[in-house]
Amino acid sequence: MMPDLAAILSRVQTALPAAALALRRNPGPAGQDSLLVAPADLVAVCRFLRDTPELAFDLLSNVTGVDWPDPATADAVAVPAEATAPAACGFLEVVYHLYSTPRRVGPLVLRARTADRAAAVQLPSVVAVYRSAEFQEREIYDLFGVIFTGHPDLRRILMWDEFLDHPLRKDYVAPDDYQYEPTPHDAVLEKAKLHYPAKAES
Amino acid sequence: MISNPFMAPATNPAAPELDEDQLLHVSLGPQHPSTHGVFRMNVVLDGETVVSLKPVFGYLHRNHEKIAEAVTYLSSMPFTDRLDYICPLTNNWAYARAVEQLAGIEVPERAEFIRVITAELTRLINHTAFVGFFLGDMGAWGSALMYAFREREKILDLFEDLTGARMMSNFMRFGGCRNDLPAGWAARASELVNGFPRFLDELENLIIGNEVLLARTQNVGALPKEALINGGITGPMLRAAGVAYDIRKAEPYGIYERFEFRVPLGETGDCYDRLMIRFLELRESLAILRQALAQLPDGPYINPKSKVRNFKPPVGEAYARIEGPKGELGFHLISDGSVNPFRYRIRPPSFINLTLIEDMCLGLDLADVVVILGSVDIVLGEVDR
Repeated sequence: MMPDLAAILSRVQTALPAAALALRRNPGPAGQDSLLVAPADLVAVCRFLRDTPELAFDLLSNVTGVDWPDPATADAVAVPAEATAPAACGFLEVVYHLYSTPRRVGPLVLRARTADRAAAVQLPSVVAVYRSAEFQEREIYDLFGVIFTGHPDLRRILMWDEFLDHPLRKDYVAPDDYQYEPTPHDAVLEKAKLHYPAKAES
Repeated sequence: MISNPFMAPATNPAAPELDEDQLLHVSLGPQHPSTHGVFRMNVVLDGETVVSLKPVFGYLHRNHEKIAEAVTYLSSMPFTDRLDYICPLTNNWAYARAVEQLAGIEVPERAEFIRVITAELTRLINHTAFVGFFLGDMGAWGSALMYAFREREKILDLFEDLTGARMMSNFMRFGGCRNDLPAGWAARASELVNGFPRFLDELENLIIGNEVLLARTQNVGALPKEALINGGITGPMLRAAGVAYDIRKAEPYGIYERFEFRVPLGETGDCYDRLMIRFLELRESLAILRQALAQLPDGPYINPKSKVRNFKPPVGEAYARIEGPKGELGFHLISDGSVNPFRYRIRPPSFINLTLIEDMCLGLDLADVVVILGSVDIVLGEVDR
């Protein structure tokens, strides 16, 4: 059963008047609308959704990242209920799918966005509310480069620790050679330098 | 700081005084039969007792999600076979369902029946193979697995006739299935389903009640149900702890609401309950199969309006999930209106079910770690993607 997003939104806004939330319509046939939550309010909103008995969204099933280099595309896919000016540059987005096991409602889709894709890529970790986010946030950090503040153990999880890039970003350039130690061919070495700028300096 | 009451304690409370010089650091895996693939756990031992366990992933990582962004929607279908390679048909179904939601495609009735039949046969394969592997983890290497694989091979023969491949089936299509059931297939499947309870009796007689099995599994690895839900554990693991949450009942997809079946529940959630829940689910899958094979209607096996070439779902996103044999298997897709998905995300049950592996193992012996890992039922193709 799909959740009644408008009712949930008004309930959250009554309980947490300071929280900034916006309803975003899904233009596709799936009809899974989402709530865009300001990063500062994310943990409080999650805690409210989990602990309010009438909502009881106790299962954070899926956490995933999306890279939006062009914010116009993001607005086309998730249209805001009220027209807002698109962000000046791209951003990284984290999408949360919540379910309620006692009420059998879901998915409630939450989204949170970083300020940009370069320096300000911090988002608060929801591990304090949902333990299931622990490995999934590590995966998003690994593959997208979102830094989750407050995560107990934020390390790379799928790529090796020395890897320097974030492969699921749209502007990622795959190396010619996936070995960690580049093979000693001059052309490959030159291309590997492009890919590992920090290693090229040393 | 983290204040989640369900977080693992920093140290094992049973052994408060730990002398770092006396601790033994063991790298369990990646090449070890009990890890079901290439999976590593950094275990810290105080004598025989586990005081820390950190899983290490990624040995099979090929960034399937990135590859899927570079190919068309349908081209990802064969890749889904390789996620959980024990159960390719449920992977196919989960992905097909996500695309059908994304594009708003209707599925004809006969196709839904074929999907349910293949998915439940896949569950039979998974759970029987689980029993074999689980016994292997405890040292009964070979015997139980050979019994399980003998029956699995009969189901794989059916799959080979239906899809052309034993395991890498690539069978579902958006709006239905790739081909219809071959002549006589349903009768042969019915024959198998009718003979299966006899095999289950045999297998249960072989292992249930075995003294060593009880000693190794009872009161091992149990966690409170609230901790399991908070940790995102789904599937038989969750139901073994007594939480009645089966997506086939909670959010009936396909045509599951037409069938009568029960959701078996465990009591304590220890490894013994996790083993028994699989036995009970096998019987319920057989009940679904009997009903589905008896009611199988005629009609098209794929929606004739579904488009194969130049398939472009409308702009939007969709998250669809099914009750896979290992837990909730979900696909999150974002379309920007082109032939390739903008974002393709798999919610892998094996990976997320490992979130609480440290909590389950703390304070137990090293030998219990192998049993607990076996009871989670992971496939590394899905964990590392």
